[in-house]
Amino acid sequence: MAAVDLDVRYVAHLARIELTDAEVLEFDSQLGGILSYIGKLKELNVDSVEPMAHAVPRVNVTRSDEVQSSLTNEEALLNAPAKSNGLFSVPKIVE
Amino acid sequence: MLNQLTITDLCETLDKKEASARETVEACLKQIENVDGRIHAFISYDGQNALAQADEADRMLREGATRSEKPLLGVPIAIKDAIAVKGHPLNCGSKILGSYVSPYDATVIERLKSAGAIVFGRANMDEFAMGSSTENSAFGVSRNPWDMGRTPGGSSGGSAAAVAADECLASLGSDTGGSVRQPAAFCGCVGLKPSYGRISRFGLVAYASSLDQIGPLTKTVRDAAIVSRVISGWDRRDSTSVPENVPDYSASLTGDIRGMRVGLAREYMIDGLDPEINAAIRTASEELRKLGAEIVEVSLPHTEFAVAAYYIIATAEASANLARFDGIRYGLRVDGKDPIELYSKTRGAGFGSEVKRRIILGTYVLSSGYYDAYYLRAQKARTLIRQDFLNAFEKVDAILTPTAPTAAFKIGEKSGDPLQMYLSDIFTLSCNLAGICGISLPCGFTRDPKLPIGLQLLGKPFGESAILRIAHAYEQSTDWHREKPPECLHLPN
Repeated sequence: MAAVDLDVRYVAHLARIELTDAEVLEFDSQLGGILSYIGKLKELNVDSVEPMAHAVPRVNVTRSDEVQSSLTNEEALLNAPAKSNGLFSVPKIVE
Repeated sequence: MLNQLTITDLCETLDKKEASARETVEACLKQIENVDGRIHAFISYDGQNALAQADEADRMLREGATRSEKPLLGVPIAIKDAIAVKGHPLNCGSKILGSYVSPYDATVIERLKSAGAIVFGRANMDEFAMGSSTENSAFGVSRNPWDMGRTPGGSSGGSAAAVAADECLASLGSDTGGSVRQPAAFCGCVGLKPSYGRISRFGLVAYASSLDQIGPLTKTVRDAAIVSRVISGWDRRDSTSVPENVPDYSASLTGDIRGMRVGLAREYMIDGLDPEINAAIRTASEELRKLGAEIVEVSLPHTEFAVAAYYIIATAEASANLARFDGIRYGLRVDGKDPIELYSKTRGAGFGSEVKRRIILGTYVLSSGYYDAYYLRAQKARTLIRQDFLNAFEKVDAILTPTAPTAAFKIGEKSGDPLQMYLSDIFTLSCNLAGICGISLPCGFTRDPKLPIGLQLLGKPFGESAILRIAHAYEQSTDWHREKPPECLHLPN
């Protein structure tokens, strides 16, 4: 298993979470402890064991291709922090 | 008082016209007024709305609605703040959802409503169901009705406390690693975690999708059977729900468990297990033997890896699921100069510490270069843990364990040490990893202070009937479930 080299600020950036300096310090020590506990899994022999993503695997669950009712435009925008013209407003993405 | 009744007794009372649904809701609201200032089981509730639902139930009762059509007609049921109820607020114990109001009903809510239940209140919880004490709620901690200085457990702590304090007749919670069973044990009520796929997750805010299940918290095993029957079953809107027949659980509560085999797992008798809890479980297994069950020792050799596997898989899934809280479509938004800054600022301001910690851990274990060492290895450990259970269930009908290694801990006791908090779920989270079912029910009290102790029965996938049957037989032969928290009883009317 890889060494514990979690760069909290970098991973938080990947996760799109802004952290204060105090949080970085706190998480660094806490996550170090948690990762060293999790390192316990190294002891386990998992050669030739199939990974399990799901207890009850069901594949290709589809429904018949029919139009069904869904939220109205108004309902979908009900909780939007910013909206205009029946759309979600977002900051400018392309110049 | 009506709020103290079980569902079974209330239904009889309503059917005989000895009381009305309105009076029942009034009794619950009165109790909330009396005790919830201290317990804080509810983030919010709408008394007028609950009374209107009660009046509708009373009208149907007058018109002769039957219990077979409406098994929960007139029964007030509180809802964990993670489950969508149309027109009601939903915060999932977090600030990031702002003033979110659900535009639709979760499938379980549709089913409760069509069974006639009065759906009310937003029960407090650890933010996004991440925690074992409700201390991680952005709306303040809930308190244990048996000892206000202690936590009710979590993450469905509000749901458990509300039932234990008779603020409602039953409640719904959700269980990803023990979040229904552990608070049920801490508060002295019954909590069922159904098999994965048994109950639709549509309308449940996702934490770890391969582990999450909704489950009832009730005052008796029979009540858990009744509520589970109503909310279980395949749903086209949840592709992971399973098209299995849902048995009439109540019919399995015969009281007769002669010849059933119950396993005791040696790996669950760990060093950190409180001696009083150990003794209570031993006494309970003796009671089951007297009732005619055969007690068999079983082995679950990979148990010691469950906590590690769980905190990789659950956080990995959470890091993906919680990506949707980005300040664009709902809830809180903190503006930034570009979309990335908007996301980061919103999530930095909106999520609490534990949620940030788990998202960061989950992002890390999935990141390039670490995936095989952590996530893939955890998924393989999960296979071994499930196989342990399937092997054990060749020999036994159920496995008896403590629900938690200690009784309710003090508020603040573990909140500074996330790993200690995680280890408090050591007996419950294997059940979620394996996708099997489990129930917690009262089996005694610690001496000083007097706090409830819970026993857990784990059952085969889709084997809810067997664990309910054993749990019910045990409950009928003991009086633990009749005890009420003294501080919530003698109050002015």
